[in-house]
Amino acid sequence: MRNPAGKREPGSQADLRLPRSFVERGIGSVLLVCAAVSVVVTIGIILTLLKETIGFFQRVSFKEFFFDTQWTPLFSNKHFGIWPLIAGTALTSFFAMLTAIPLGLMSAVYLSEYAPERIRKALKPSLEVLAGIPTVVYGYFALTFVTPLLQKVIPGLAGFNAISPGIVMGIMITPIVASLSEDAIYSVPLSLREAALALGGSRLRTTFRVVIPTAFSGIVASFILGMSRAIGETMIVTIAAGQQPRFTLDPRVPIETMTAYIVQVSLGDTPHGTIEYSTIFAVGMLLFLITLVFNLIAHFMKKRFLRGVL
Amino acid sequence: MKRRESGKNVLNQYPADSGVEKAFKAIGIISLILPVSLLLILIIDTTADGIPRLNWSFLTSFPSRFPEKAGILSALVGSVYLIGLTAFIAIPLGIGAAIYLEEYARKNRITSLIEINISNLAGVPSIIYGLLGLGLFVRIMSLGRSLIAGALTLSLLLLPMIIMAARESLKTIPQELREAAYALGADKWMTIRKVVLPLGLPGILTGIILSLSRAIGETAPLITIGALTYIAFLPESLTSPFTTLPIQIFNWISRPQKEFHVNAAAGILVLLIIMLLMNALAIWLRIRLQKRNV
Amino acid sequence: MNKNMEEHYRSPREFDFSGIKPEEAIITTDNVQAWFHKTIALKGISLPIARGKVTAIIGPSGCGKSTFIRTLNRMHEVVPGAGLRGRVLFEGQDIYSPEVNPIVVRKKIGMVFQKPNPFPMMSIRQNVASGFLLQGIRSDHLDEKVEYYLRQAALWDEVKDDLGKPGSSLSGGQQQRLCIARALAIEPSVLLMDEPCSALDPIATARIEDLIHSLRGRYTIVIVTHNMQQAARVADYTAFFYLGEVIEYNRTDTLFKNPANKQTEDYITGRFG
Ligand SMILES: Nc1ncnc2c1ncn2[C@@H]1O[C@H](COP(=O)(O)OP(=O)(O)OP(=O)(O)O)[C@@H](O)[C@H]1O
Ligand SMILES: [Mg+2]
Repeated sequence: MRNPAGKREPGSQADLRLPRSFVERGIGSVLLVCAAVSVVVTIGIILTLLKETIGFFQRVSFKEFFFDTQWTPLFSNKHFGIWPLIAGTALTSFFAMLTAIPLGLMSAVYLSEYAPERIRKALKPSLEVLAGIPTVVYGYFALTFVTPLLQKVIPGLAGFNAISPGIVMGIMITPIVASLSEDAIYSVPLSLREAALALGGSRLRTTFRVVIPTAFSGIVASFILGMSRAIGETMIVTIAAGQQPRFTLDPRVPIETMTAYIVQVSLGDTPHGTIEYSTIFAVGMLLFLITLVFNLIAHFMKKRFLRGVL
Repeated sequence: MKRRESGKNVLNQYPADSGVEKAFKAIGIISLILPVSLLLILIIDTTADGIPRLNWSFLTSFPSRFPEKAGILSALVGSVYLIGLTAFIAIPLGIGAAIYLEEYARKNRITSLIEINISNLAGVPSIIYGLLGLGLFVRIMSLGRSLIAGALTLSLLLLPMIIMAARESLKTIPQELREAAYALGADKWMTIRKVVLPLGLPGILTGIILSLSRAIGETAPLITIGALTYIAFLPESLTSPFTTLPIQIFNWISRPQKEFHVNAAAGILVLLIIMLLMNALAIWLRIRLQKRNV
Repeated sequence: MNKNMEEHYRSPREFDFSGIKPEEAIITTDNVQAWFHKTIALKGISLPIARGKVTAIIGPSGCGKSTFIRTLNRMHEVVPGAGLRGRVLFEGQDIYSPEVNPIVVRKKIGMVFQKPNPFPMMSIRQNVASGFLLQGIRSDHLDEKVEYYLRQAALWDEVKDDLGKPGSSLSGGQQQRLCIARALAIEPSVLLMDEPCSALDPIATARIEDLIHSLRGRYTIVIVTHNMQQAARVADYTAFFYLGEVIEYNRTDTLFKNPANKQTEDYITGRFG
């Protein structure tokens, strides 16, 4: 076998000045392009949404969009007030968080403070299975199982409503809230727990007076991220909450969320260039901005938490 | 202020594990068990609904107006094509980006911009990707409501997930191994190919399979780009119209007739079984490859 | 493990020259053995701790000093995998007997840690009062108490104008004195200090030593230190630990001037590993 470096005299100057191989030089740029795709995607999202949104606002005034209380772009008497869709989204998200916050936080505290390490390691990933179930499946569950069940308890609950998809969405979000709050709680330094115990605190008080307050901004970040998920979740609410934009806070009647509206229009045969077509981009833009703000707040709260703890 | 207690029993004033604490522990356990048991109910309920309908003809028939004749053939094939195509696009991009960020990128503005951007993209609702696909691939690139437009859309959706999983895996590889390779005269790319990637592979593959199994269940962005809900043929080329399993399920759920709900339940069972198999594959791969490395 | 432990039992007569009479001791340990999983950290410690005095624990790293003082207020069991045998008598009662509540033990026997650890989300005032909060005690005259204990900890003059600031905004030495104030506020009879000065500069260290002097008499203090001059300066009694055993326990001046044991002599003269 020939020494692959045999052409060169070992120790000669050429050894050190050997140019880097062609692949070696090219590959860095190729990989950079891969990484840059993600930036292009963001720009693409913004431009796509912006283009149609601008078109939309050339025909519909800001005033109507933000101050009218009816949303009827698909009828002949068209109104473009966004509030019914926001109310629908807020209602379903509210019930989702009403479910996910207590369940998620309690599981997180239990896992971090009480569960033996073995159980903690085994349970955390198995919770995450919940987040991996397709959302159509949850939608089916909400419509065919949870709604009939709730109808036995809540008088006047319609077949489509905000409560049932809200709760089911909450179940789906629970692992996200649990997992992120658990990370925050678990990373509170042991020394603070020991200090609290040495001051005569019980485990429970140590948890609630020291550990949770210290992890607070990290925990809140998990709530906000969960909320952002709920706002952007589509299939569960499309299937089980109805498609009737309604400016109401009554959770028992059919409503429509922003996401469900986009699906509703996409399912129909709305021609490109019509006002109906551009509404989904305007709604999408609003959705994008809301979730972006939530995600950014969560990001900064998490950063603040890490800085406070370390 | 200071009293000097002496004698017995100064120390036992109340029981060691107070009732409140016990109650709290119970609440914690219930909070953990409740969502998981609801999941079990969901699975049992769906199985009970769908199992009578789950037979060979259900898998090999096209959709139909008659619930008892309808099947998922076109949806199943559509899903398989779509995921295959998505994997083909997203995996190289995702791994490439991860390698760049972990192995090549210097700590500068551009890198941190890319990083913040990726973590933000992971939080963008999937339906927004659908709007991107609709505006960009379907309209501007004139790909129509085709398989390739769907695959491109899903690829962009998966990209942040794959990049993050791959980076996590690359992070766990000890720096000394890289240095050992450099010390043997390997250049950077050689080191990555022969040392870093083989070691990171189990983690990367697991992450990829898990995100692909998420993609199989994605519905909203595909509806938005206009995947059809009723399709009685198999896609023939990249530009063919298509449907997928979750869309077919959604279509059946939205029908008022209860018989179609049974079809939906059967479809859900098929979907869950596919996902289960993919997850099992991910776990098996990880265990196998890890063994080999150690 | 059990057999080996029994063989290890040594009568206090072999090493305890302190002359502390049983009625002078506030805490007496009786053959305390402690371990983490399979690692044995204490091989049977029998020591009396004199009431109202300062006792120093010295010895090389890893000899079990921290473990020992953590067995005195039942903080040892907080560590996963930790185990213990033997008795620790506090005012005559075994703190490890089943009917004893560890929380009450920790109220009576306070602790200050090596690294200052004020609660970061609490203000200085709240840090001092955190013991009440953690014990669920409603306390009146809180402001007076906060001032009283901050004065006790010789910190009042430095912080009296910013009691609302977060505890973590103070310097390391101030933080440690805040932790001492916090520990004093629960009115313990014994204060355990695990290398309280090791994270501090010489000036901050001197302040803490002054503080220990001023607390002597009212509190019983057990201090772990790596610094032999510090032990000589502050302690009435000193115990030298080595490999999980007490090698020698005596009045501080005698132990340093006239050690009975060769190992002790080697250690205090610095001829030791
Ligand atoms: N959490 C733990 N888990 C396992 N072993 C431990 C743990 N803490 C201490 N040990 C072991 O117990 C023995 C005594 O440790 P300890 O911390 O009491 O020593 P120390 O005298 O305080 O040392 P230092 O001067 O370094 O603080 C050591 O061998 C140590 O390795
Ligand atoms: Mg120590």
